[in-house]
Amino acid sequence: MSLIDSASLPRGLRLPRVDGLIQWIVPLAIIAIWQVASVTGFVPTRVLPAPSDVLLAGWKLLLSGELVRNIWVSFCRASIGFLIGGSIGFAFGLANGLSQLSSKLTDTTLQMVRNVPHLALIPLVILWFGIDESAKLFLVALGVFFPIYLNTLHGIRTVDPQLIEMGRIYGMTDGELFRRVIFPGALPSIFVGIRFALGIMWLTLIVAETIAASSGLGYMAMQAREFMLIDVVVLSILIYALLGKLADSASRVLERATLSWHPAYWKR
Amino acid sequence: MQTALRTSLPETELATRANFAPHARVVREERPVQTSGLPLSIRGLRKSYGDNEVLRGIDLHIPAGQFVAIVGKSGCGKSTLLRLIAGLEKIDAGSISLGDAVKPEDIRVMFQEPRLLPWARVLSNVEVGLGRDRASSDAHSRAEKALTEVGLADKRDQWPSVLSGGQKQRVALARALVSRPRVLAFDEPLGALDALTRISMQRLLERVWRDQGFTAILVTHDVAEAVALADRVLVIEEGRIAHDVVVNTARPRERGSAELAGLEGSILSHLLSADDRT
Repeated sequence: MSLIDSASLPRGLRLPRVDGLIQWIVPLAIIAIWQVASVTGFVPTRVLPAPSDVLLAGWKLLLSGELVRNIWVSFCRASIGFLIGGSIGFAFGLANGLSQLSSKLTDTTLQMVRNVPHLALIPLVILWFGIDESAKLFLVALGVFFPIYLNTLHGIRTVDPQLIEMGRIYGMTDGELFRRVIFPGALPSIFVGIRFALGIMWLTLIVAETIAASSGLGYMAMQAREFMLIDVVVLSILIYALLGKLADSASRVLERATLSWHPAYWKR
Repeated sequence: MQTALRTSLPETELATRANFAPHARVVREERPVQTSGLPLSIRGLRKSYGDNEVLRGIDLHIPAGQFVAIVGKSGCGKSTLLRLIAGLEKIDAGSISLGDAVKPEDIRVMFQEPRLLPWARVLSNVEVGLGRDRASSDAHSRAEKALTEVGLADKRDQWPSVLSGGQKQRVALARALVSRPRVLAFDEPLGALDALTRISMQRLLERVWRDQGFTAILVTHDVAEAVALADRVLVIEEGRIAHDVVVNTARPRERGSAELAGLEGSILSHLLSADDRT
């Protein structure tokens, strides 16, 4: 979709509601084909259980309370880790975007650390923290830190210098300049960072939970594997997909609310 | 000034201008009696960027409320002069004085780009122009008044991105006007606009200048625009004022009139002859 297209549409003009359902046609079709393939025996249930079996397993786990508990544990880990890593990343991004000194002092170091895949630290993290909560939070925070740091920094550095000059001419104080010019200018880029970080957040958490945990979705999947409960394994994977989609949608809603001035957000 | 004029205009031009002398007197009386503008005195002004000396000694007096246009080839230093007057750059040598008790809100600049905040509605973009008075209770009404002056009162709640280029520049003008500046500096404000929008913007600039009586300094590469708007056209060559031409034609000026065209032609020929010499 080009910017011009969306800009030429009057504001408030929305396509009919049916349009919102189009995106679900493909996932639903896949599930339908999958069900048919399982029922007819084309795909053996040992390889892939039927969607109805997965639903049934989900229902049982829901009744026992195990599902909700594990989702809740994973959700807490994800969001706490995200908040910690995200705010540290944001703070460094701000500091290095606004101050030459801070940038010279820390940017090189951070760029070096960035090039270490954070999941490679798992053995070290287990040695440090055991399979404690802090191990998972540490890994998630570390994974989330870099996309937010880099995009905040980039956003602040690329704010139009002509607007900053304008702000100074019109007597804005440093605080006002940040609040009215620099931060709003950096916001689109910060959101790109947040969406990247959300993806990394789930990825890190799942890996950490499958390797070393005693609760959570990843743990649930690994336990199920031990007992050959393939329907629960598939269920966990589907829940990951749903949670990922949920996180992405939440960031989109936030994006659209704060970037309503941007022509690119007037449609969709 | 008269001597500068004599050297800058060929005999025929002087003859033409002499015919219009009666008009010139009428114009002077038409001017707002008490101007809110500030007089501007520049002495021995120099500015270099590295080894490149951009301004090589500018001496200039602009009476309060005068509309001065500065023309010259690109790189001649005209924009630098304007940025120095507006206080956007530091002076290397010499002085610029704007009378006494000048507040930052007294001098405003309008650029070629509108420089509106894309994330602020039109009205709050105009409020930015109030400077330290932004927080005052009448900020809204003052900004609305300035928007009405440029004819965009109905766009107050729009995002800047829905406006046309000319409308954005009008919002930028409202933002510059809202603090009632006493000197308004224009750095090629109409350079990016199409021909028709340019003409209507020129009329608007002339009208607000006549209404408010600020001292106007317009940097432009368009000589026709300069002679259509200004009381006086300065030609800058190689960092110095090469010609100082008075335009006494009565306002409102008729675009494309023989007199303006003649004046434009003579200024252009100066600019081009300087080209031949180098």
